[in-house]
Parts: sequence; C-alpha cells; structure tokens
Amino acid sequence: MNIWKSFLIGTAIALLPATTSFAAKTDLVLGIVLEPPHLDPTAGAAAAIDEIVYANIFEGLTRIGPKGDVLPALSESWILSDDGKVYTFKLHKDVKFHDGTGFDAEDVKFSLDRARGDKSTNAQKGLFAAIDTVETVDSLTVKVTLKQPSGDFLYNMAWGDAVIVAPESADTNKDKPIGTGPFKLENWEKGSQIVIAKNPDYWGTPAKLEKATFRIIPDPAAATAALLAGDVQAFPVFPSYETIAQFQTDPRFKVVIGTTEGETVLGMNNKKPPFDNVNVRQAIAHAIDRKTVIDGAMFGFGAPIGSFFPPHHPAYFDLTAETTYDPELAKKLLAEAGHPNGFKTTLKLPPPTYARRGGEIIAAELREIGIDAEIIPVEWAQWLDQVFKNKDYDMTIVSHTEPNDLNIFARDDYYFNYDSATFKELIKQIEATSDGPKRTELYQQAQKLLAADEPAAFLFQLPKTGIWDAKIEGLWENGPIQANDLTAVKWID
Amino acid sequence: MLSYASKRVSVGIVTLLAASIIVFAVLEIVPGDPARLMLGMNATEDAVRTLQEQMGFNQPLISRYFSWLGGLLTGDFGKSYTYSVPVFDLIKERVAVSLPLALISLALSTVIAIPVGLFSASRRGSIADTAAMGAAQIGIAIPNFWFALLLVYVFAVMLRLLPAGGFTGWENGLWPSIKSLILPSIALALPQASILARVTRSSLLDVLGEDYIRTARAKGLSRRRVLYHHALRNALIPVLTILGMQFSFLLAGTIIVENVFYLPGLGRLVFQAITQRDLIVVEGVVILLVATVIIVNLVVDLAYAIVDPRLWSRR
Repeated sequence: MNIWKSFLIGTAIALLPATTSFAAKTDLVLGIVLEPPHLDPTAGAAAAIDEIVYANIFEGLTRIGPKGDVLPALSESWILSDDGKVYTFKLHKDVKFHDGTGFDAEDVKFSLDRARGDKSTNAQKGLFAAIDTVETVDSLTVKVTLKQPSGDFLYNMAWGDAVIVAPESADTNKDKPIGTGPFKLENWEKGSQIVIAKNPDYWGTPAKLEKATFRIIPDPAAATAALLAGDVQAFPVFPSYETIAQFQTDPRFKVVIGTTEGETVLGMNNKKPPFDNVNVRQAIAHAIDRKTVIDGAMFGFGAPIGSFFPPHHPAYFDLTAETTYDPELAKKLLAEAGHPNGFKTTLKLPPPTYARRGGEIIAAELREIGIDAEIIPVEWAQWLDQVFKNKDYDMTIVSHTEPNDLNIFARDDYYFNYDSATFKELIKQIEATSDGPKRTELYQQAQKLLAADEPAAFLFQLPKTGIWDAKIEGLWENGPIQANDLTAVKWID
Repeated sequence: MLSYASKRVSVGIVTLLAASIIVFAVLEIVPGDPARLMLGMNATEDAVRTLQEQMGFNQPLISRYFSWLGGLLTGDFGKSYTYSVPVFDLIKERVAVSLPLALISLALSTVIAIPVGLFSASRRGSIADTAAMGAAQIGIAIPNFWFALLLVYVFAVMLRLLPAGGFTGWENGLWPSIKSLILPSIALALPQASILARVTRSSLLDVLGEDYIRTARAKGLSRRRVLYHHALRNALIPVLTILGMQFSFLLAGTIIVENVFYLPGLGRLVFQAITQRDLIVVEGVVILLVATVIIVNLVVDLAYAIVDPRLWSRR
C-alpha cells in the first residue's frame, strides 16, 4: 500500500509542472542591490529592510500608496477631533499575525509605546514625538492623543518604522519577522536570497503571487547579466544606469523610469567660512550645470531640482531657474564675497555612484570659477561620523531619501549647520496645518526660502530605474517610499 | 621529527595570538560607529545611545578584548551587530560556499597546471613550450573579474547553459549547487593555473640542471624516469608553497569574483561587514582566516618533509 501511495504521489508531482504551465506564473525573482542587515523595520534605518518587508510582511495603521498618498491599512477608518489633537482609529477585525496570534488594539498601543519609549532604538523615533498618549477604547478602537495638532501624523504612521508588531514576536522580528501582511517570510539564505510566500490567512485582498524571491546582487554588471539570462525577472531599482539603454530596445523587458523621495544635494557647512556667506553658496550653485551632472553621473536619469522638494509632490514649485548655470555670475558673486580668486576647500564623497561621479564633475565645474575642491572619498560609516555627526567637512554630496523631509533644514545641529528662524517658523506652521491649499502655500514659501538661502546646492531628484519582464504587472513606477510592494503584482499571459 | 612539528605548531599559536591583538586593535581604531550606521541619518541621539548600550560598546576596550578572546577559545564567536545571529553560524553558511569553491578551483588549477608545467619543462624552447608559457602569461594578465563577465555572457546570457550567478544552497540539491560553482571556479582557476604552470616549469628546469640529474642520465636512466622519479619530486617544494598560498587566497580573497557571481561567500561577508561596521564579524572571519593560513602553512611545512625526508632528521 505504501508503495502505491508513493507511486501516486510521485505521478501527481511529475504531472504538476505540466498542468501548471498553462496557468500564469505565480512566482517571481526580484533583484535587490543591498542585503538588509535584518528584517525588523522598527529597529534600523536601512532602506533594504523596507524594500523587503513594507506592505508585504508588515503593515501599519496607515500606509503609503504608489502615488505617495496615505491609505488606510490596519486601521479601516479614523476620526480626528475638532481641536486636531485626538485621532480615533477603527481597526480591521479578524486580523491575525503570521504566527497565529490575534491582532487588536493592544498590539497598536504596544507598538507605538515601544517605538517612542526610553528603550527604543527606532531609527525614526522623531515620527512619534507628537504623540502624548495611546489608549485602547475597546479591542478594535485606539485613541491617540497628540501634544499639538500635527498635519503629518497619518503620513508618519505609514512609515515602515511605524508598523504594528506583536508583543510575542517583537524581540525576534529581526530574524523571524512576524507581521500581519499578505506575505510571510519563508527563508533567508544570508548573503544570497530572501524568499517570501503568500499568507493564506491574510485578512485583506490576497496576494496574486504564491512566492517571491529577493536575490541580492550588488554588482551592476552582474545585475545586467542576471536580467539578460533570466535568472531574475525584475529589478525594481536597477543599479547600472549605463546599461539601461540596452534594455529599452529589448522587447522582452519593460523599462520604467520613475521618481523617488531622494533629493540629491551638494551640502555645505553653513557655519564654516567661506560657506557662511550666502553669496559664496549662491556662487557655487550657479557654477554647477545640473544637466552635465545628471548626464555624466546618472547617464541622463534624474530630474533637476532647484530646492529641496520632490517634483512629483502636488506642492512642488519649480525653482531651477533661480540657480541657472552661469559661471560669470558665479565669479561675480564670489568677488562680492571677497574671494575674487576663489579658494581651496574639500569635498567629501560617500560611496554611491551619484556622489563619486557627480563629485568629480562638480569639482571640475568649481575649478572654472577658481574654487579648488579636493575630493576625499569616504565610506558610509566615516561619512556618518565625520560629516553627519561631527560636521567636520566643507562640502559633501548625498541624497536625502527619506520621504517628507523638508524639515531637516529646521533641525538644530543638523549637518548643514543652517540656522534660519524664518524657516523654522514655516516648518512649525506646516506641521500644525492639516492638508489643503494653506499647506501647499506654506510648502512653497519654504521651498523658495531654501532656494534663496541655498544652504545646499540642489542638484537632482534620484530616479527609480525599474526594469522588469514585460509580462509583469503591478510593480510601482515611482518610489514615494523605499518599498517593493508586491501585493498587486502578477504575471499576465 | 617531533621537534620539527612541535616547533611549527608553537610558532603558529604565537602568530595567532599576535594576530588577534592586531585585528582587534586595528578595527577598534577604524572610525565609524556601528550603532549610528544602523540607525541612519534621521535617528535621535537617545536612540543611538540606547543601541550602543545594548551592543555593549560602552565597556572598556581591554575587557571587551578578553571577553572576545575567551569566547573564541570556547568556540563562541559572538553575535553579529547587524544580523543579530551568532557569528559562527554566519561563517559556517559562508564556508559551505567558499570551501567547495576554493577546493574545486584548486583542483582545477592543479590538474591543468602540473601537466602543462611538466610538458613545457621537458620540451624547453620548443614551439609548444613557448605557446604554453605565452598562454600562461595571458592567463596571469587577464583580470579575473573581466574573464568572469566574459564567461557569464557566453555561458549564461548567450548559451543559457549555466546560471549567471547566485547560489541555491546545498539543501536544494547537489547539481544546481555545483552548476552555480562551475563558472566561478573556472574564473578563479585560470590565473592560479597560469602561475602554477610557470612555477612548475621553472622549478623543474632548475632541478633538471642539477648534477645528480646528469648523473642519473649518465647512469643510463631514461629521460622519462629521470623526469618523474628524480626531478619532479625535488621540484615540488616551490609548487607546494604556491599551492598553500593559493588555497588561503581562494578561501577569502575572492571578493571580486564573488561579487560578479553574487555568491554568498566569505569574501563578501567580510566586505559587507567592514562597510557596515559589523566589527565582531570582521574580527571573527579574520581570525579564522589567520588560523587557516597558519594551518595550511603547517600542512605545507609537513608536506615538505614528506617530499624531502632530510627535513625530518634535521634538528
């Protein structure tokens, strides 16, 4: 009997591929450049964590949609009190964590209190700063009271760092992430790949893919080869700009160039002479030809920006004309600032290609107006230590990839050393204003102020260079947050 | 014989201890705070401080060194800062890729290089010798990452015979795993084989010029017999030295080839750990590699003694 049984099972397995090949494929291999250090989005800043888990494994009260809008997630609806200080969230019922434990208001309270508590190692602890208290009204209702009204609160709760975790699994999420999402972790072969599989008990619209594999491919040439050989079928953020043209002419692939939240800037140390002089900062901005930088460093991918705001945002105001490429004007401004013959300075560059290649081009352009910038390449750890923490730098290039981060210029002791009472006041007003035309107006005022003060030279918005098999549908075009939301991804035939 | 071996072993232990101090000290001097790196640009100061405390960075250097060393002696390599899993498990997973890769490459390079070296030496100055050594010169000159890319384009992209990279894991079957190691081991073996062939040839030629070879020939032994029984054995010492060095290199010095084939090997683990300031992983891997080099050298030293029995009796 046993033999018969195994014979039958064997035959069934042998026939399986033949029968399933008629249906659309339900598995997908995606390439990612960086391996996440771990899979707990509440305990690390690495974008690579969210690229795996956001919307797939973990969910928050709210979530960000493909267009950057705030959508309901674990909370099906919410009511804001008239004074703008109390949010009452109504939660979805019958939601279960991947380990089978139930989800309710207690988990929400636990997660928010944990993220803002004394022992918190949340990389975005600031997101929770506005919260005064979190109370459970009943098992499916949570009341969050804020210290002051916050126009950004629902957006903040949609970050990967604000996902809801269970007290039973919070401490082990780094290695065994337990969320409420439509996928669960199947296995993680460190250094090689991370496999997630469909969660059959998902509370919402089930995923269309049965299985998705994130394969870690750091080398740009290897990424190209892996796509061409069919080893991976999608590269949501393709790292090799120079080979994109090759895929654009290949009908097997779809090339989708979108935008991200990454404002790439030439940061300057605003308290250190000569950068404490606004004319010097303006001169530098006018000495840089954004098009040359984008063509040279990014192979033409990336949208020029004139202030610190993403072009896809409804409140975006195009200010690139304020700092056009004009070396003569730049020289004049330098002379007015007392540096007719330029000066010597340094430019510290972190590892990404946009910084290293862009830095070489910018250094060459600055030489045209007499500024001799010595290029100093640094690793990320050194960059964070020297530039970001100790502000031991003159100029640097970095992309600020966090969404909704205009307020960094209002922070005390931030690495730009920019200190403007007017700008701080604007940010305060923005934070206290809920959506609407008033907020747009304030956003635009802030953008204009930055373009005038030029605490950094604004270069370009980092592109999202996606390449995938032409038969795949549902991957995001833009990157309003750094995520690979696979919930709607499917193969079409 | 015993004194020869025991002397080698004690030198090895002292080297290992010295290496552990250097590795630890150097990595502690390297700038960069792992806690800040993990929490990124938006982190608040108190979150960074909390994480530093959790990871034990606020303890003095000396006590951290001794607790690390004590752990090593009991087989506990500590816990990775970034992955938060035991370092030993991480290393074990990577060795499962790097060791077979190193062994296959080494076998491949030996199988190619020794016959070529022998052949060239025995036909010194012939067209075949010139051709073989010319080929070896090219093999040394070609950068292996470029050769690796060439292999990928031919065998993975054009012919689609082998995967372009990646490693599926031994538990998913022997053949798929071997398949993903074929191209990388060829790419790694080519320069090694070229070096080895040249060393074998020149070492053989040196030996063939010795008096005792002429004596053997004069005694009436055939060229073949002299070559295999008298010359080859004596020519093997430099070859063994090179082999030992190549093994150590292949185990961890293959970051570039691992990157091209995105293999989860030891080289990439170290590289990644350095950029992420996962110091405890770097320390663990480096100390393991130092130990490997010492052990391989010990084995090579003992192998000399087998090849050349005079070493046994000396002192």
